[in-house]
Order: sequence, then C-alpha cells, then structure tokens
Amino acid sequence: MKLMYREALFAFRRAPLLSALSITSIAFSLFTVGLFGLVALNLREALRSIEERVEVVAFVMRGTPPETVTLAAQDIQAFPEVAAVTYVSEDQALARARKELVEFRDAYRDLATNPLPASLEIHLKPGYRDARHVAAVAERLKGFRFVDDIRYGRDWIERLDHLRNVFGIVGFVIGLAFAAVAVVIIGVTIRLTILQRAREIAIMRLVGATDGFIRGPFLLEGMLKGALGGLLSVLLCWLAFLLFRDNTGGTFTGLSFFDAEHMALLLLFGILLGLGGSLVSVGRHLREVGGRMERRRGRAGRRALLLAGAGPRDGGTAGA
Amino acid sequence: MIRFTSVYKAYPNGALALKDVSFHVPKGEFVFLTGHSGAGKSTIMKLLFAEQRPTSGDVRVSGYSVPELSGSEVPRLRRRLGVVFQDFRLLEDRTAAENVAFALEVTGARADTIPARVTRVLTQVGLATKARAYPRELSGGEQQRVAIARALVNDPAILLADEPTGNLDERATRGVFQLLREINAAGTVVVMATHDLDLVRQTPYRTLELREGQIVYDSAEEDPR
Repeated sequence: MKLMYREALFAFRRAPLLSALSITSIAFSLFTVGLFGLVALNLREALRSIEERVEVVAFVMRGTPPETVTLAAQDIQAFPEVAAVTYVSEDQALARARKELVEFRDAYRDLATNPLPASLEIHLKPGYRDARHVAAVAERLKGFRFVDDIRYGRDWIERLDHLRNVFGIVGFVIGLAFAAVAVVIIGVTIRLTILQRAREIAIMRLVGATDGFIRGPFLLEGMLKGALGGLLSVLLCWLAFLLFRDNTGGTFTGLSFFDAEHMALLLLFGILLGLGGSLVSVGRHLREVGGRMERRRGRAGRRALLLAGAGPRDGGTAGA
Repeated sequence: MIRFTSVYKAYPNGALALKDVSFHVPKGEFVFLTGHSGAGKSTIMKLLFAEQRPTSGDVRVSGYSVPELSGSEVPRLRRRLGVVFQDFRLLEDRTAAENVAFALEVTGARADTIPARVTRVLTQVGLATKARAYPRELSGGEQQRVAIARALVNDPAILLADEPTGNLDERATRGVFQLLREINAAGTVVVMATHDLDLVRQTPYRTLELREGQIVYDSAEEDPR
C-alpha cells in the first residue's frame, strides 16, 4: 500500500508537465460543467421564487357572510395541493389597493362605496405549482356557490412549466456532453502517461508483478489528479462567479454560489473521472501487452500452422 | 527444470519460428543457445518466461506448463525466474539499489527485508559501492551486473540471459560471463542465448545450436556428461 502511494507520487515528480496537463484538462472540463451547474442553480432558484408567487384567487360574491367563507376556507385548506388559504375581506382589499397602486390612490380615496370584492388567496404546496394542478384546484373552487370568479394567470403558469421542462432537458444534455468530453480528455492524457511509462510496466511484468499490482499506482494517480482537477475547477468557478457578479453593475448581487455539498460533488466527480480514465487506459494497455493479446496471436498462429501444413495434424491443441 | 516437447511456434503471418523443438535441461545445468539471428533463440527465451506461448507442443518450466498458464499464474512463474537482456532494461530514474529493490517490491516482499537482500545481491555482483549510482553513471558491464542482481534477488531457480554480453566490450563480457558461471556453480540453472562462439568454445558447457527454428546440434547428445 505504501509502495502504491510512493509510485503514484513518483509519477508526478517524474512527469510534472504531463501531470499538470492532466490536472488542468480535468479542471477545465469540470469548470465547464461547474459553470453550467452555477447557471442551473441560479436559474432554479429564480424559478422557485417565481413559483412561490403562484396562487389561485377566488373572488367572493358580494353579500356572502364572512362565516360561510371562513368555513369554506377550512375545507379548501384540506385540499392536498393547498399550502395556505388567506381570506381578504373587502376592506382589506381596498387598503391593499391603496397601498400598492399608488397611481390610483386619489381615486380610491374618493370612493363612496368599496368596489373591490372579498377574496380567498390560495397558495399551493411546492410540487403542485404547475398548470395541471392549478387548473384542478380552480375547477374544484368553482363548486363553491359563493365563488364569483377565479384568477390564476393560466398563461404564465403554462409558460413557467414549459421553461422548466426545456431547461431541464437542455441542462441534462449539455451536462452529459461536457462530462463525456471530460472523460475522453482525461482518458487521453492518462494514456499518454502510460505510454510514457510502457517500459516501466514491461519491467514490472518481467519481474513478476501482477496486473493488479501494476494497475494500483495508476488508479491512485488518476484519482489524485481527478481530486486536484476538481479542486482547481471549484476555484475557477469561484473566480468566474466573483468576476461575473461584481462586473455586471449590481444586477446579479443576489446570485448564489455552490454550497459545500455541491463542491464536494464536483470534487467527487473529478475523482471518479480520474479513476475512470485510468481504469480504461491501464486496462487497455495491459490487454495490449498482456496475455489476452498473446492468446489471440496464438490462435492465429495455430491457424497459420495448419494452413502451411508444416505442423502436426493436432496442431490446434497446444499443451494437450 | 526445463522441458520442451515437440514445440512449434508459428506467427500469424505463417512464419515458423520453431519447428519440432524438444530438449530437457536438468537441475544445475548451464546451457548455451547458439545460432544466427532469427534462428529461434529469442523465441525459446520468450516461451521460457511465458511472454509467448507455443503454437503446439509443451513447454515446462520449473513445474509450470506454459501453454496452460492462466493470466494470474504468469507472474508466479516469473518470480521463479531471473531474466537478463542485452539492453539491460533498467529504470533510468532509479539508482542501482532501487532497481534491484523494485523487483522485490512488486512481488510483495516484506519491506524490512528488502535493504539487506539488495545489499547482499549487489555485493554478489561486485557493485556494493555503486548502490546509489544511476544507470547513466555506470558502464555497460556495470549496468548488466545491476540487471543480473535484479534477476537474482528473488533467488530464482532459473536464470535466463538473452545475449547478455551483446552490448559489452571483451573485458566486461568476461566479467559478466564469470558472474553467470558463479551463479550456476551455486546451483541455479542458467540458459544463455549468445552468438559469441568464442565464449562458447572456451567452456565445457552444454550447447544447443539452432538453425531456422530447429535444433541442429546438442553437445549433450554427442558427448553425454
């Protein structure tokens, strides 16, 4: 085990340039994935804050006793989709209108009678804020006799749904593409390392090292490179994030960066990439120089021997 | 120790490297393999350390049947052999002692036993004072001695030397050959491929001469000792 660490670290010292190339290529691959992740993260948060504003408003027919509405509100509160029901009386509606609609403050002040109806504002639970559920809740509200009209901004809820779907698919595809590119780059750089050390591998085999033993240091080296690349990518993401946030004139001050869990995930992803790239590259190299290839050549040789008619007739049963 | 039985080796292009080769090397013997380039010396060597497998026939080395070896048995066979090449095959970025220790480390030898074993074997090949030298700081003869030390450090039953003096001047050749004789005198089977016929003629050892993949002369059959 100690030997494996020593050999893995030795590889860094021996080929610093190639190691640096591997690490930076992992870092930049993960950096692109990370940048995309940051955009996804912030868009998701933006979507969530929009979603939180999804509400269904049921206007109450004038003259309905408040007790009836309060009782109904309790029923509505029991709907599985509903998070909260707020009763807004006629007076509250007017007060709110005066406060929020500054332009019409004078008009509202001079009113002799309150033109605004009372209403029930219904907030939905997360996960039920899409067009289908909102429409279903609206449909059930129509069953209450005192409900005059229902508003829920059908258009923009549908658009929000659409945006969410498109974003999810595009994000998945782009993320996958970047990850695939990263794996290829890492595989190539690790293969370069292995070709550079083919001589050493040949000597190891010669003195009786098992394939598992040969593989060990390379896998550890790949994991180390992946971890370093992952760390570097987090750093790059952080720098890019700061640059963007602080140079866009304050529009994006509310942007959020990865939390510890996300960063750990990026690091883990780097380690897995390094490990995966090493596994594939070392495996291929060992197969090429190793027994499996030799057995295949052996079969071809036996066929050649039979065709030439030079060997014994039972030439196909070596070692029998 | 070594037994070839009707061994054929054909390459995929149809070329026959060995044709019906049979011989037996008992314990403690020193054998020369001679012949021109391409006669099949190196192929026999490669079959002996399971780098290649025979197309037909059987190769038995130190109790293992090479055609039947599984992938995981190949390293086990190699740990019972020492192999030395014309081009030394040392790791350039490691010292003589590290090169020798490497052979022990990869076979999982106990770490605390390694320094003593390395020192013992470097002393045996006459390089105790150059343990910390890198290959580039050593002469050809010395590099080959490091390679022999590496081959010996696992106490092999058989030492295979493929043209071990091919890159050396006459003095170094004599030194390395003397070392191989000493190793054989201590009980290790030595198989040495060479086309240095002067060296072969000077010694009483058994000689197998190959021509176009066949054994055309075996001194043991002519003059059984």
